[in-house]
Amino acid sequence: MHAPLGLRAALISLLLCIGLLCVWQVGTARVGATVKLDPDYARLMGITVTQGKSAMPGPADVGAKIWQHLKDPFYDRGTNDKGIGIQLLYSIARVLTGYLLAIAAAVPIGFVIGMSPLMARALNPFIQVLKPISPLAWMPLALYTIKDSSLSAIFVIFICSVWPMLLNTAFGVASVRREWLNVAKTLEMSPARTALRVILPAAAPTILTGMRISIGIAWLVIVAAEMLVGGTGIGYFVWNEWNNLSITNVIVAILCIGFVGMLLDQLMAGLLRLVTYAD
Amino acid sequence: MSTACISAQRLTRRFGQAGSAELTVFEDVCFSVAEGEFACLIGHSGCGKSTILNILAGLDQASSGHIIAAGKHVEGPSLDRAVIFQGHALLPWLSALGNVELAVSARHPDWTRRRVREHAMRFLELVHLDGAATKKPAELSGGMKQRVGIARALAIEPRMLLMDEPFSALDALTRGALQDEIIALRNANKQTVVMITHDVDEALLLADKILLMTNGPKAWIAEVVENTLPATRSRLDLHKQPDYYPLRNHLMDFLVARSKELAANPQRRGQDLHPVLVRPAGPVSAGNEQTISAAQWPGRGANRHAPDRICAG
Repeated sequence: MHAPLGLRAALISLLLCIGLLCVWQVGTARVGATVKLDPDYARLMGITVTQGKSAMPGPADVGAKIWQHLKDPFYDRGTNDKGIGIQLLYSIARVLTGYLLAIAAAVPIGFVIGMSPLMARALNPFIQVLKPISPLAWMPLALYTIKDSSLSAIFVIFICSVWPMLLNTAFGVASVRREWLNVAKTLEMSPARTALRVILPAAAPTILTGMRISIGIAWLVIVAAEMLVGGTGIGYFVWNEWNNLSITNVIVAILCIGFVGMLLDQLMAGLLRLVTYAD
Repeated sequence: MSTACISAQRLTRRFGQAGSAELTVFEDVCFSVAEGEFACLIGHSGCGKSTILNILAGLDQASSGHIIAAGKHVEGPSLDRAVIFQGHALLPWLSALGNVELAVSARHPDWTRRRVREHAMRFLELVHLDGAATKKPAELSGGMKQRVGIARALAIEPRMLLMDEPFSALDALTRGALQDEIIALRNANKQTVVMITHDVDEALLLADKILLMTNGPKAWIAEVVENTLPATRSRLDLHKQPDYYPLRNHLMDFLVARSKELAANPQRRGQDLHPVLVRPAGPVSAGNEQTISAAQWPGRGANRHAPDRICAG
């Protein structure tokens, strides 16, 4: 008698999670030697020195912190003290703005490249050179020309998410089956109608796969970009908490980044399922 | 004979660059199909049958020569000439009904959604698929897919129907059923049909005349065989018709031997480039016992008539 696969997998996941938490707990629980200090000086020092505790928080500390953040995610007490929910929303807003701009650019250009072998060849050198550039390398140039740190972060998101969508759209459009195009031709469909009714749905799974890759990259890059530009966002939050030496908050932020990234990916996976067709 | 609906004049198609790498698939192909006539094009693979059909459909261009369809030069695809593709070519993201609707709304852009739907549904009923209207092509069997393809082609109510081996991917039983439907549908609508097949019996069942193509390269249509079987023929009594064996033997003889011979001896093609009209069962047909025995191997002894006049225009 076997339990369903999903249930067994969930059980193993749970055991692994418990095991990791135990290792974490044991690893951070040790108490080292303490040093006798002048009380005034001791007040300035952290718990590592005064109580011999590890600076790395245990799972219980992190859990308590998460609970604290969850209770009040949207507070705003000035520039350097905003709720983690607000910071995440800032990052998501930047990612979505840059990402939507990238869709607006990549899908039409991808269509052109996919439909015209001439344009494909003409644009290929540009794509090949621009694609491997780390999005953060654009940052100084963006800061200099745009002169706005938040817009520069959006530009960086745009530039990093445009390539997978562009290439996937071009590939999807170029590999639409000839017989489907022939159907459109024999029905005397206009080029615009052919693009909308035949090429777009035929290439949609490939295009959305590109979009799914792009949203993943954009979410990776936003954290690094916000560490550079500062001010708001989850990336800035991580860096700020590092400067505060609050490893607990850093860990909470890392978990939040992972969780939001997973949600974005699942969202795209859901959209992809909607347009996927069995052939 | 009524006027020619489709007329091909000195159709030639070359592939590749001009010069050494050039391949002439067929050369100076002439034929004509009268209004309401059902013509089958038979030949070995590689002789360019599909290319001819694609040029007829406007999907490919001839290197030289031209086609006149319904009084106009064929310069591109047209809703007057519907194509039933070999691989059904249904759009897999649309339902059976959606595929037919796409064609109907292309034909009638001014129609309301409801009218388009009703019209499409009527043609799905015609091919007995009204129960599977919402199914996607992947959920349909091979025969059902090809039925949707037929409904899609008929739904635009074309003057001409072009079929590229529409049943070649189907099993024998399904093929038979679809052949019956094609007969019924065409008896009702009287379209002009050009169909490619490599099945001799299919040609004898469906066609009014059979165009025989020599082997490629530089293939041409050498003969036009008139199908003298009675119009009421069906799949069940086809082989009991007195003209059946003379016709079948003639076609088989052409495919097995003469298509090759002619390709090897292109000088045997007459100055007049039009194909020879052949009536293998002889001018006296149906019910004549003598015709069968006299024509046991009638390929060479067939009555040859003057060049196909329809094409001479």
